[in-house]
Amino acid sequence: MSTTIADLKKGEQGIITDSSSKDIPLKLLEMGCLPGNKVKLLQLAPFSDPMYLNINDSYLAIRKETAALIIIEKTNE
Amino acid sequence: MSKQLNVALIGNPNTGKTSVFNALTGLNQKVGNYPGITVDKKQGVCRLSRGVKAHVLDLPGTYSLNASSLDENVVIELLLNKNDKDYPDVAVIVSDVENLKRNLLLFTQVKDLKIPTILVINMSDVMGRKGISLDIEVLEKQLHTKIALVSTRKNTGIKELKILIENYKSLPTQQCLDASTIDPVYFERLKIAFPNQDLYKLWLVITQDVNFGKITRQEPDVSKFKTKSFSELKRLQQKEAIKRYQFINNVLKEGQNIDRSKARDLRSKFDRVLTHKIWGYVIFFVILLTIFQAIYDWATIPMDLIDTTFAGLAEWIKNTFPNGGKVTDLFAEGIVSGIGGIVIFIPQIAFLFLFISILEESGYMSRVVFLMDRIMRRFGLSGKSLVPLISGTACAIPAVMATRNIENWKERLITILVTPFTTCSARLPVYLIIIALVIPEGYIFGLSYQALTLMLLYLIGFGMAVFSAYVLDRIMKTNRKTFFVVEMPNYKLPLLKNVLITVFEKTKTFVFEAGKIILAISIILWVLASYGPGQQFKNAESIVAKEYVYSSETELEDKVAAYRLEHSYIGIIGKTIEPVIKPLGYDWKIGIGLVASFAAREVFVGTLATIYSVGSANENESIDTIKTKMSNETYADGSKVFTFASGISLLLFYAFAMQCMSTLAIVKRETKSWKWPILQLIGMSTIAYICGLIAFQILK
Repeated sequence: MSTTIADLKKGEQGIITDSSSKDIPLKLLEMGCLPGNKVKLLQLAPFSDPMYLNINDSYLAIRKETAALIIIEKTNE
Repeated sequence: MSKQLNVALIGNPNTGKTSVFNALTGLNQKVGNYPGITVDKKQGVCRLSRGVKAHVLDLPGTYSLNASSLDENVVIELLLNKNDKDYPDVAVIVSDVENLKRNLLLFTQVKDLKIPTILVINMSDVMGRKGISLDIEVLEKQLHTKIALVSTRKNTGIKELKILIENYKSLPTQQCLDASTIDPVYFERLKIAFPNQDLYKLWLVITQDVNFGKITRQEPDVSKFKTKSFSELKRLQQKEAIKRYQFINNVLKEGQNIDRSKARDLRSKFDRVLTHKIWGYVIFFVILLTIFQAIYDWATIPMDLIDTTFAGLAEWIKNTFPNGGKVTDLFAEGIVSGIGGIVIFIPQIAFLFLFISILEESGYMSRVVFLMDRIMRRFGLSGKSLVPLISGTACAIPAVMATRNIENWKERLITILVTPFTTCSARLPVYLIIIALVIPEGYIFGLSYQALTLMLLYLIGFGMAVFSAYVLDRIMKTNRKTFFVVEMPNYKLPLLKNVLITVFEKTKTFVFEAGKIILAISIILWVLASYGPGQQFKNAESIVAKEYVYSSETELEDKVAAYRLEHSYIGIIGKTIEPVIKPLGYDWKIGIGLVASFAAREVFVGTLATIYSVGSANENESIDTIKTKMSNETYADGSKVFTFASGISLLLFYAFAMQCMSTLAIVKRETKSWKWPILQLIGMSTIAYICGLIAFQILK
């Protein structure tokens, strides 16, 4: 299993490596959810869903099911 | 007059696009509708120098030219159709200095349609605070455009923007990205198939139809040209986004410098509290309580004033034109009280939209959506359904209108269908009088039974909304995957001007859209109540005078009015439906009240007052008089009409029944079909009937 955004813990960061799943809404891609871009988990709602992220300098919230489709590589500060 | 200059304002949500629009046009704006769809069309007039005027269109906020909602689709349809009378001579892209990278994606897309384009960089006042510096000259050169640095908060840059708009002809129209680099082979074939068309435009048309269903458009017709599957096209769109970001990143590397050490971060401080797992909910709850307080308490002051004014006006008409006969009555009782019935809602609606627009402008609403999404999703709703459901406690009409920003059609439809279950303000007068009638006074733990009942009714309404959403979610099938992407904008102090304009526009929409229908129904009801077939209606006066012993003139008049109503068309309707409502514990008089409630629920009280001969000037009577009359009302055998059983049954009926023509009309408008409002009417009324029946039969 590869690491996805859904595996991030609060405050952790990563680099997106693959966002080509066809179930990722286009809108998310256009907001910068593309390979090579940085992602950071800022806040979690109860039950860890939705997730409040900073992707490519955009602040947005997505559901965990969507986050689990975006493959990343965790980075340390 | 020479041809007017068309300007289209385009931009991401939360960039202050509307502030720029307000700064350009002031109050010279109007909100209409795009034909056939229910997206608000905001347009205004802007004076440029030397008496030149521009027609400014404020297009719905969108992140790109690939639409995922009806609102966004408007933007694309306009930009693709050169024959549209609103097709812009110049496009003004509004961006936010802090999100320039993401905002520029849309800019490059519009630019590639070869429309003269100006870039507005808004909120320039925060640049220093955020450590951002821009090299405008480099940016203008690289993006092939002219840039206006604007701060709507500090009111700077608008003059410069107007000059740029006026000189739009000198704007370069080079493209930012050569679309054919996305897939050279595919685009080569497109070029051969449609030699006279712009390539990027073709590409947008193709992807648009795939994503958004077929939309009738004159040209070009690309339906025959299908060589790529859905997922292949999506992969190309992803590739396009990547290419655009490459271009943007290169531009910004030279033209923008961000020194993060200088940035002061308010966002994380606020978020730590406002999206906290406990405090976030506590704060939201307190805000909700304040809104309720405003709608119920503060709004009553202007509402009472409106009520007295209109009652007084009706009275004045009657006294001034005593010989007008039916015409006077039509004006006094039909039209004036009909208009009064609309105007009375203005304070509540204005308060509601005041709060909603403050919450939205400040950026807080997105945090609420974030906090509530998980809970709402369990019932087939979205975090975004919360605003409509809360708004529904004032009035279902603006609430249904507020569902528009839910992208997912199924979630939106369910929200629309269940919102009328929430206790709207029109139910309140009905609840108050029946509770006063059948619920005993007394206290438990320091809380009065009556207040507890009222609270319970609110909870029942909300509970039924959530429960039916859950059921609908199970029943309805959907082939579209739900998706949820919410931008979390920066916290901002709301601009007073924007808030006031929103309140004014929304209130105006309510008055004119819903008002038309309410007025029409009021007049129909008045006619039904003022005319009747046969001699009994015509000779009411002499019949009553003969049959009853009366002590005063007023008493006689009251009796005559009641007798007339009984034999009017509406009275006949009431008697006809009596067998149906008998098992719920209602007599034909309550039946008339139920029928009349279709204009607006609160009409129930007034109608009953008239039927129970409280007097023709019932609007001015205190609630106690009506209450006394109602509690004395008995059947032929001497048993009381309003008992605990029939009262509870009536409360439940009002809690669940769809009794509002205006809501049905707005649902029809928002869903573009009669199917949903009719289903809603049948479904809700069935639930109401069954609950009323069970309650009465058990408690009897």
